[in-house]
Amino acid sequence: MTTVTRRNVLKSGTALVGGMAGILATGRAPAFAQGTTVHWLRWNDFVPASDQLLRKELLPAAEKALGIKINLETVNGNDLQPRVTASVQSGSGPDLIMIFNNQSALYAESVVDLSDLAEDISSKEGGLYKYSRAVTSDGKKFNAMPWAIVGAMNAYRKSWFEEVGVTKFPETWDAYYNAGKKLKAKGHPLGQAVSHSFGDPPTFVYPLLWSYGGKEVEADGKTVAINSKNTIDSVKFMTAFYKDTCDEGGLAWDDTSNNRAFLSQTISSTLNGASIYIEALRNPDKYITEKGVALKTDILHAPLPKGPQGQFGLHTFFSHMLMSYSKNQKAAKDFLRWAHTPANYEKWFISQKGFATPPTAQWESHKLWSEDPVMDPFKVAGKLGQAPGFAGPAGKQAAEALTKYIVVDMYAKAIQGASPEDAVKWAESELKKIYS
Amino acid sequence: MPQAPRPRLRLLEDERWLALVLLVPTMVLLGMFIAYPFVRGILLSVTNSRVGVPGEFVGLANFYKIFNDGIFRTSVYNTFVYTGVTTVFKLSLGLWLAMLLNRNFRGKAFTRAFILLPFIIPTVLSTFAWKWMFDPTFSVLNWLLYHFGLITGRINWLGDPDLAMISIIIVNIWRGVPFFAISLLAGLQTISPELNEAAAIDGARPWQRFWHITWPLLLPVTMVVVLFSVIQTFADFQIVYVMTGGGPANATHLFATYAYQIGIGTGLLSEGAAISLAMFPILFLVVIIQLLYIRRVEVR
Repeated sequence: MTTVTRRNVLKSGTALVGGMAGILATGRAPAFAQGTTVHWLRWNDFVPASDQLLRKELLPAAEKALGIKINLETVNGNDLQPRVTASVQSGSGPDLIMIFNNQSALYAESVVDLSDLAEDISSKEGGLYKYSRAVTSDGKKFNAMPWAIVGAMNAYRKSWFEEVGVTKFPETWDAYYNAGKKLKAKGHPLGQAVSHSFGDPPTFVYPLLWSYGGKEVEADGKTVAINSKNTIDSVKFMTAFYKDTCDEGGLAWDDTSNNRAFLSQTISSTLNGASIYIEALRNPDKYITEKGVALKTDILHAPLPKGPQGQFGLHTFFSHMLMSYSKNQKAAKDFLRWAHTPANYEKWFISQKGFATPPTAQWESHKLWSEDPVMDPFKVAGKLGQAPGFAGPAGKQAAEALTKYIVVDMYAKAIQGASPEDAVKWAESELKKIYS
Repeated sequence: MPQAPRPRLRLLEDERWLALVLLVPTMVLLGMFIAYPFVRGILLSVTNSRVGVPGEFVGLANFYKIFNDGIFRTSVYNTFVYTGVTTVFKLSLGLWLAMLLNRNFRGKAFTRAFILLPFIIPTVLSTFAWKWMFDPTFSVLNWLLYHFGLITGRINWLGDPDLAMISIIIVNIWRGVPFFAISLLAGLQTISPELNEAAAIDGARPWQRFWHITWPLLLPVTMVVVLFSVIQTFADFQIVYVMTGGGPANATHLFATYAYQIGIGTGLLSEGAAISLAMFPILFLVVIIQLLYIRRVEVR
């Protein structure tokens, strides 16, 4: 006799509802000998054309080539982690799940090792970047397959910077502060999210921390080292920088807010992927500056400025986890391999127009980068990135600290009025809980 | 000689057995959806379970950890402020609205249906509309205030910790007033108009009539409505999650949103369970006090 368990009951219920929905949607009864279906969960791409390309061209091609069916589901990027938790705990859900930065380390026990695929791609494509390895592998196991890097660069308004006498994007934080102060006085503040959103807030505050010589932990990956004069100096800088140069709504922004603010011409510069420029490029008639020219001609990109201890970047990393609960592991892996085949991957890469940089070195020489000089700074994002958790490894603890937005909140607390020392002390106590 | 009834039927004729049979579906449902998750939550909270890792028994370590957690303390404080302030406003505005709606006027039925709108629209949907109204850059409220000359700069609704708290409180009140109004209206309609008329003839002023007749008679209904509302508001999730996500810098977290962030977001399941369980004793106490009070009022 079959044992009736809670899971079986739920499963048959879900299958029944899902099956009915499928029949209703297609208007025909399903054949019994169905092929394997791979369920792929990704974010809603900031370059919508890429999602369309996947749905209309790439996935049908993959289905034909592999003899499987692929069910692509897209959700808000901030909802990916909750979905992973729910799927892992219930033991069912998408076969492949996209994840940001080093977060796959949090799910190491629930994913399939993708080392063979990663090393294969690495050997064929000029090597995976050090950064690509750092955020997806613990040195023994690839928790996720590196997919792409969204380079974070300042998108800025050339003409507005020139109006305050700045003809080249500032190279140091102090010069950026001075320019920003003048710009804010003219009604064109800088814009920066300092909130709980996966992209813009961490990509700004981590490099700021590092450029002042601050770090979360020592290289041993155990000793919390955030409470230092360097960190406090960076927090002091941020407090003044935010107040004097930034649009103060940024504490409540998510990753889409600065896109909207920039495109509606309320801010003069913001750290972002290239999605602002790409949107202006796609709709030149919609976005016109106050001088009557297309906005796209007034946007340039530049890396974050240098601090006293150097210049850094944290670039949002995308990878795919193959879940160990998946019943279709082989099919899912075959599909992943198919997607990484240069001929297929290239189509997706081109549709991104430089928003995403591939995780291997070979793509730096792709002709896409020479087509538009405005996109050139993004070419080497993967080469320059540093992983969260520096100076320690980017593993589980670093991912937990990132997911809890501790470094982001340290700066946000100081902006809201806490003393820099108290904000840093708070971050130290939070990090100690994780690294203890 | 009459035939003896078949034993099976006799079993259901016994009221105790019948009651049991009739209660079974409810018991199964409550067991599956209330008792099981609750027990599971307790078991989870005493382990160090993370997503994908079952974990081991750690006793009360998670509770010790959260009571030493600054964000948790802020969440507790916020939850009390949020529940307290919104309940007072929802009750007073709801009562006021109920008294108005209890009068006779043209379009009464339509108005009564209309005021239920905030309660009927899915919360996530209406909260998204509010989020746009409070948007840091494109707030329509700021635009209005600015064009009426009431402000010169922008009000940073969701970016300032205090204003963000006020914003979510406003939305909760907006959403909750119709529930109070309609429930209290139902209560008001059970009060015989003759009582008020008699008091009026005896010379009682409107305020005296309200205080000595309407209010005491409405009290049992009011208590039940407040009880429901307190429980719901205390465990509120949707409004805060959509409007602020607990930000800026964890300043507007409530029990539920913080538990979600830790348990589901970060995947620290046991800590998340401990946070959400921490609200149970408080809610339990609220329920006991209010139910005892209701009984006292009813006996009186």
